[in-house]
Amino acid sequence: MLNKCIERLYNGIIKENPTFVLILGMCPTLAVTTSAINGIGMGLATTVVLICSNLIISILRNIIPDSVRMPAFIVIVASFVTIVQFLLEAYVPALNDSLGIYIPLIVVNCIILGRAEAYASKNPPLVSTFDGIGMGLGFTIALTLLGAFREILGSGSVFGFKFIPSEFNVTIFVLAPGAFFVLACLVAFKNWTGMKKGKPAIEESCSGCPSCGTCPSSQIDEKKEA
Amino acid sequence: MKELVLIIIGAALVNNVVLSQFLGLCPFLGVSKKLKTSLGMGAAVIFVITVSSFLAGIIFIGILVPLHISYLQTIVFILVIAALVQLVEMILKKYSRPLYSALGVYLPLITTNCAVLGVTLMNVQKEYNLLFSVVNGLGVSVGFTIALLIMAGIREKSEYNENIPVPFRGMPITMVSAGLMAIAFFGFSGLI
Repeated sequence: MLNKCIERLYNGIIKENPTFVLILGMCPTLAVTTSAINGIGMGLATTVVLICSNLIISILRNIIPDSVRMPAFIVIVASFVTIVQFLLEAYVPALNDSLGIYIPLIVVNCIILGRAEAYASKNPPLVSTFDGIGMGLGFTIALTLLGAFREILGSGSVFGFKFIPSEFNVTIFVLAPGAFFVLACLVAFKNWTGMKKGKPAIEESCSGCPSCGTCPSSQIDEKKEA
Repeated sequence: MKELVLIIIGAALVNNVVLSQFLGLCPFLGVSKKLKTSLGMGAAVIFVITVSSFLAGIIFIGILVPLHISYLQTIVFILVIAALVQLVEMILKKYSRPLYSALGVYLPLITTNCAVLGVTLMNVQKEYNLLFSVVNGLGVSVGFTIALLIMAGIREKSEYNENIPVPFRGMPITMVSAGLMAIAFFGFSGLI
């Protein structure tokens, strides 16, 4: 049992890292990584929601009827997001202001529904909780790294500690276009390392998504042709 | 009247939903391969966002605020959007076959589109009344369609370009184009 839990942590943080390996949840990743502290805040908020929703969905997995499972999952996730939003508003109002609308939008983050569908609805509560912890930490680490990277290039500081004078800052990296460029380089780097091992290039942002079977966007091309 | 025009320009061009707010990125990358499909997707998004900001506005102003339960907005809005999309799909299927075959495949995709939920939450955050909410929804979705159409045009050209370095082909070059488009859209910030 312990081995299984540790394996879930390793799987979430390294082997199937949601940002660097699966390239999931791009909207919050690009939007909030203007600084390292925002990255940590968003990552931890998502982690809390992920752990709680995985636990509850796993407990209820034999009670929720199969045909209404998606709406049921969404309601569970949305409840926890509302709770997290209240906690942030009460205890860290500054972070809540800088993350703004992206906190309630955790509801539609495909990592959370993806884990609920692919893992928590099929496995016992303890392992599902550890799956949530692993995936959440993987997401947090990735957001913090991206945030620190953009903060160093864009405003010459890490966690607000400034060490590069303003004349040498590339402001575009903390603005919207910089997010696209950083992600483009990240995916290109993955393609480049994957090519050496003979892996195919990454197609869409949602390829490899665990909820691929239920998500209609994967079937859109086939439907159109039929 | 002047305020309404400013809201539309602001939502569609200055604060473009994809290029500066990063909402609706998945369909933006997923459905921008061909000009024709992106046109259909754009039309469906305009329809759903405008109607859902109207409905969410009515429910927020008419039910949640008088009962003092406006903290339930996230849960209520996502359920309203999911139900609305299902309903629209059923109505179109029954009464308007040509419209259903044009928009039908895109509708289920929109349920999980964070732009739809984002617009309804933004309307509440900025304390817009019902008319302003609908106009804002229209502006945002038109902005989404503009970005989607430009991107589809770029991708149709860049798909067969042999000069792009191999690791950058596919998604990375799309992201770089989106970044350049975002820089171009900064130019609109002088409008308001």
